[in-house]
Amino acid sequence: MSITPDEIIATAKLAKLQVDDKDISEVTERISAILELVDQMQAIDTSEIQPMANVLDAVQYLRPDTIVEPDNKILRRDQFQQIAPATDEGLYLVPKVIE
Amino acid sequence: MQWETVIGLEVHVQLSTQSKIFSGSSIAFGAEPNTQANAVDLAMPGTLPVANEQAFHKAIMFGLAIDAAIEKKSAFERKNYFYPDLPKGYQTTQLEKPIVGPGHIDIEVGENSTVKRIRIHHAHLEEDAGKSLHEDFHGMSGIDLNRAGTPLIEIVSEPDMSSSEEAIKFLKKVHGIVTYLGISDGDMSQGSLRCDANVSVRPVGEKKLGTRAEIKNLNSFRFIEKAIHIEVARQIELIEDGGTVVQETRLYDSEKNETRSMRSKEEANDYRYFPCPDLLPVVIEDSVIEALRKKIPELPEAKLQRFQSEYALSYYDASLLTELRSVADYFETTTKTCADAKLSANWIIGDLSAFLNKQGIPIEHSPVSANQLADLITRIKDQTISGKIAKQVFEAMCNGEGSADEIIESKGLKQLSDGGAIEAMVDDVIAKSAAQVEQYQAAEPDKQKKLLGYFVGQVMKASKGKANPGQVNKILAEKLAK
Repeated sequence: MSITPDEIIATAKLAKLQVDDKDISEVTERISAILELVDQMQAIDTSEIQPMANVLDAVQYLRPDTIVEPDNKILRRDQFQQIAPATDEGLYLVPKVIE
Repeated sequence: MQWETVIGLEVHVQLSTQSKIFSGSSIAFGAEPNTQANAVDLAMPGTLPVANEQAFHKAIMFGLAIDAAIEKKSAFERKNYFYPDLPKGYQTTQLEKPIVGPGHIDIEVGENSTVKRIRIHHAHLEEDAGKSLHEDFHGMSGIDLNRAGTPLIEIVSEPDMSSSEEAIKFLKKVHGIVTYLGISDGDMSQGSLRCDANVSVRPVGEKKLGTRAEIKNLNSFRFIEKAIHIEVARQIELIEDGGTVVQETRLYDSEKNETRSMRSKEEANDYRYFPCPDLLPVVIEDSVIEALRKKIPELPEAKLQRFQSEYALSYYDASLLTELRSVADYFETTTKTCADAKLSANWIIGDLSAFLNKQGIPIEHSPVSANQLADLITRIKDQTISGKIAKQVFEAMCNGEGSADEIIESKGLKQLSDGGAIEAMVDDVIAKSAAQVEQYQAAEPDKQKKLLGYFVGQVMKASKGKANPGQVNKILAEKLAK
């Protein structure tokens, strides 16, 4: 299986990655190479093998439903918000998004 | 051409856990912005999610209630998209192995209340996103991540509904089930239950489904009904004018009562789902499922049947009383105390509901408790007061003036059952109504019944409503017969 330059452009857009026009062909080739590797793996007969959702052979620990919070929630919020470019009244501000 | 509507619903139900699905932050509604968003909820580097056991238990209870298979080894996927209220850049959700498999919910349709089965494709666990506020923040949007990570189940139905009425009935059933189970507060005004509707139309008799539009952002029964109506009308008009329906997401605008396109087809989202490497598969033991099965209370469906058979209530009364578990519990407490199901039902459906609706308070916060109402009903039954006076007492109880007995005592409302006193009033009325007496005595027996009402009214007036109506009728009939 190979991938087309148009698919690379579409995927980059979905992933919000910037790929320069001059790099498109190289990126297309490299990702195609990865997909060919996948093709090789796909050729293996796995009909007898159970699919797995995680590479670790373990199950999820479930935590009890208890609230764990800092003593001063306003202070903690303000600490988190120190690294935010813009905040107001406790809200994070972002460029206007409206559909 | 005759058109048929096809509707499938995706219902999001917020689970009433204490903490978030993957972190220890509280999910309480209405906190200061971003004070319930910790490092995990904010997607800080290096943090890892740990799944909440109760979120699974509540989802499983829903599955058991709709007769669905429970997935004993379920897993999480990442649904990737960029939006400011989704800090991780993906929503953790379930795709391949949702916790709840296929099930069904029955609704009653048509005048004969015929049972129609709505199939549930599956229900999965996922996290809610934060909230975007678009009021003016210096031309920017404000983001509150308190809601981010709140546990939800998304219930996905098959396209089995064929009108907005059926969709509403289905939603009310879902609402009843989740609130009876106590797995959600079901409060639509706070977004605890909201839905997306997949709507399409096709010519009657056509087997193939038409192209659907997905209407988002439906958070009240009224909006859902209106949005479906308007979308169906739009699609039919479009097709009849020679156009074609485009598969897309549409937003319902309640102010303009219209749906409009949210994203064009070219930009249709490709969520690039893949298994979440941060979360291991969740294994549910049979013993856990069986323990949860024992916790399932009597559900609305069964209660509706029982109320009809055990209390001899009509379908209509029973369905009104079982819509909310709180109302059903209130009714059963009242009935047990006063031992009169019919009177209890009438009072709860009538005066009590009217009062609560007017004040906008849920029955759990009623100023008149179930036992207090039962005491009032007992006083009607033992003829201490008439039904009419009872309304006056009830009003005073609603105003917090005391118990039924206290109010009857303090206002002197006790029914007059003293034969002598009533007789005196009857004599007085007859003496003052010579013309009516003559008319009564000249009338045919079946006409007399009607005419008697005048005298009863006069006696009741003289007694300020306190005379026992049964006795008044009896004494009057005797005296006038002479």
